[in-house]
Amino acid sequence: MNGLDFLAAAYSAIWLIIFAYLLSLWRRSARLERELDELRRGEQPSTRAG
Amino acid sequence: MASRSRPLRDLLPWLTCLAMLAAIYLVFVAAPSEREQGVVQRIFYFHVGAAWMAFAGFALVAIASLWFLARGDRRADRLALANAEVGMLFTTIVLVTGPIWARPVWGVWWTWDPRLTMTVVLWTIYAAYLMLRRLGGGDEALGRYAAVLGIVGALDVPLIIVSIRLWRGIHPAVMLAKEPDAGLKDPTMKIALLVSGLALALLFTWLVSLRMRLQKVDDELARLNLEATPRMR
Repeated sequence: MNGLDFLAAAYSAIWLIIFAYLLSLWRRSARLERELDELRRGEQPSTRAG
Repeated sequence: MASRSRPLRDLLPWLTCLAMLAAIYLVFVAAPSEREQGVVQRIFYFHVGAAWMAFAGFALVAIASLWFLARGDRRADRLALANAEVGMLFTTIVLVTGPIWARPVWGVWWTWDPRLTMTVVLWTIYAAYLMLRRLGGGDEALGRYAAVLGIVGALDVPLIIVSIRLWRGIHPAVMLAKEPDAGLKDPTMKIALLVSGLALALLFTWLVSLRMRLQKVDDELARLNLEATPRMR
């Protein structure tokens, strides 16, 4: 591996970590929306984790 | 209040994108490569910027946790949780990019240097904090224990900063270097570092605001669930 490979690896890792976190926020937000909808329809939400 | 803060909130992702583009241009195109380390030194800009923001985030965890313990303010608790989570994210970036930079420069991926070791300790403390928050759910007592842990954990931050002076490790002190050939000699390098820091600060603020909004909905949902449960029986 040369310097450019290490540089590419470092910045790829940075963006991968940031996008993985954004994806997790988006998934948590979608779960909360679903639970809110269930509650509005008068159903008991299936899960209440996290 | 909400209507006044909304334009800024909507603008934040766009400002973050613009600052990121400027930082990427400065880091990869405008700034020269360091003489001894070569192109791999460019990892430095985001590695250091991420560390600055993680430290600032953990300092905010301590301040917000103190406020929560003193006043029981749920907004302060949400601010502490959001800063801890995003601070962990940025510490992970520091701990991942550090070894990738160290391998070609030091010849090893990892060494138990005081600064590196204490950064791992910091990461572990806030991993424990987040686990406590997750396992505790809405439990008031566990929330207070977590707040105490959030304050104690932040005490590691000044230790990490002064560790280079206190113990002679091998981690470079680029910003504090006094040798004529060391440090950021070219002004473009300093501008690249400042703009990278600004871009990461905007990203940090945006992620914290998203996480706080999510937590607010989660708290509201928990409250509605509590109210709805007796009616369902």
